[in-house]
Amino acid sequence: MTTINITLNGEARQVPGGCTLAELLEASGQPAASFASAVNGEFVARDARAHTLLAEGDAVFTFQAITGG
Amino acid sequence: MTTPTLSSFAAPQGGRQSPSGGRAGTAMTFSIADTELNSRFFLGTASYPSPQILQQAITASGAQVVTVGLKRQLAAGGGTQNDFFQLIRDSGARLLPNTAGCRSAREAITLSQMARELFGTNWIKLEVVGDEHTLQPDPFELVTAAAELVRDGFEVFPYCTDDLVSCQRLLDAGCRILMPWGAPIGSGQGLINPYALRTLRARLPGVPLIVDAGIGSPADAVQAMELGYDAVLLNSAVAHARDPVQMARAFKLGIESGRLAYEAGIMAQQDMAVASTPVTGRPFIL
Repeated sequence: MTTINITLNGEARQVPGGCTLAELLEASGQPAASFASAVNGEFVARDARAHTLLAEGDAVFTFQAITGG
Repeated sequence: MTTPTLSSFAAPQGGRQSPSGGRAGTAMTFSIADTELNSRFFLGTASYPSPQILQQAITASGAQVVTVGLKRQLAAGGGTQNDFFQLIRDSGARLLPNTAGCRSAREAITLSQMARELFGTNWIKLEVVGDEHTLQPDPFELVTAAAELVRDGFEVFPYCTDDLVSCQRLLDAGCRILMPWGAPIGSGQGLINPYALRTLRARLPGVPLIVDAGIGSPADAVQAMELGYDAVLLNSAVAHARDPVQMARAFKLGIESGRLAYEAGIMAQQDMAVASTPVTGRPFIL
């Protein structure tokens, strides 16, 4: 099985080829609606995670709600 | 003879009607982004000593709009501050997410899209910093991001400088609200350039203007409201007070006082004394 190298919030990860964004993020155990996601600086909507295939070198970021000014 | 000043252009004549059409009796009611609000106080939610004090401060402020943010998660995911955030949701205030920390239009656009999904609102306080020392907004990136976000259906509240022409460009880009700084974020210096703020008010009479950032004391908020600004947004001045809840109330009263004074019509300053008691000549000629 091939694996690809990506980063999740700056940390290197290896995931199986054909892995979707949804599959990667489900592993964190967080409710899907509790964070927002982006791949390579582009927003990926919650509904689009399941059909967003990860590719070699992708940089995935997730963001959560916090207090702010 | 009175020389017209920028403030005399901005002030409503006779105090009967505000520029936005509100009556003096309902001075705190105004409309922004097609939403009627009864408070001119927008409150930031960061840096409070505890979630309970934040909750009490929101209540004491009477604010109906509070700002929130987004934070990149650690690799492991998982949340901190969830207790803070749940309280903010429970307050019932409308959320105004910000794009704090962005340095480019592209970053700010992506963060805005995330905020829309996460908070369920198309309102965005657009922040794009252009200078690390002053955290001054970058007017060029701001206009680029604002134009794109407006096209994408956002209601953009740009955190901008008090420069008139860049404010006009933001309006050209489709912004319906402007939020010029009073002073650098968190500095508490008050309104460091009242002339520029007066000029904005005079030149953009129909545009909702909110002073955002730099407010230190309620007196600064009074000054902003007396200049005819529609609202004030602040965070640190309340959150960093020894008693944030009492300070929230102090600002609420200041903002109300300043707005009432603006609508009532502040008297023109005179160079010399003008007797206030009507007399006929001298009381006694001795």
